[in-house]
Amino acid sequence: MVNPLIEGKRYPRTASFLVGREKLREFATATMLPEAFSDEAAAKANGQAALVAPPTFPVVIQEQSLKLVLADPEAQLDLSRVVHGDQRFVYVRPIVAGDELTSELVVASVKSIGGNHMVTFNTEIFDVEDRLVCTAISTLVVRGHDA
Amino acid sequence: MPNINELEVGQEIGSEVFHFTRDSLVRYAGASGDFNPIHYRDDVAKSVGLPGVLAHGMLTMGVSIAPVLRWVGDPAKVVDYGVRFTKPVLVPTTGYAELKVSAKIGQIDEEGSRVRLEIKTEFEGNTVLGKAQAWVQF
Repeated sequence: MVNPLIEGKRYPRTASFLVGREKLREFATATMLPEAFSDEAAAKANGQAALVAPPTFPVVIQEQSLKLVLADPEAQLDLSRVVHGDQRFVYVRPIVAGDELTSELVVASVKSIGGNHMVTFNTEIFDVEDRLVCTAISTLVVRGHDA
Repeated sequence: MPNINELEVGQEIGSEVFHFTRDSLVRYAGASGDFNPIHYRDDVAKSVGLPGVLAHGMLTMGVSIAPVLRWVGDPAKVVDYGVRFTKPVLVPTTGYAELKVSAKIGQIDEEGSRVRLEIKTEFEGNTVLGKAQAWVQF
């Protein structure tokens, strides 16, 4: 289940997340990316200030905001019945090691389709200067009890 | 980095094969912070009506960008990446699930100096991602 009334609800800004170089390497290894993408010298040779995050890394930041929804009694979101419907990351600039990021999630829509709910979250990710870095858009499918 | 003026729509840019084991799922859980037990416990997966332990959709999405990254050489050039999760990837207790990922050029936006890549990810003969595409900024 998910409470349809949370459509439009905005959750508070998350605490700052410091993006560590070793966390980026751990994530790159876990997503089976070539070793070159864990190489700081290669990133600098590409003109980047530090090691660049893999394209799907912002899911880690999105997760910080999602925790607020899961802890919200009004949302009634039951994680055990959730499957991931779709996911997108739209970048303003790359995320690099050393970034301190916060995020703010808004419930973009809650739709009911054939006994299931589809809930779409837009999570905006900001840097320490409060500039938008990336928007993570995620749709979760919450299976109904008959599905 | 490839030259945008030498690209053609439909051109294949690379492919790669990945093996997902239970170890891969535990490693991804730790790296991402997604500890949903349906990704490592058979009993929990079955209790919620799933056929077995599934790979994190985000792991499938994460590996599926690899051919694009190899081709472009810099993850900072990927400015937009989206997928739809259309079929689950079941990961057996022993052995592995094999995924085949390939990518081709879907659109060339010369004015914006951007290229859209279409990504295909297959498991057991079915595509498991829909509308999987990434925009690369040149």
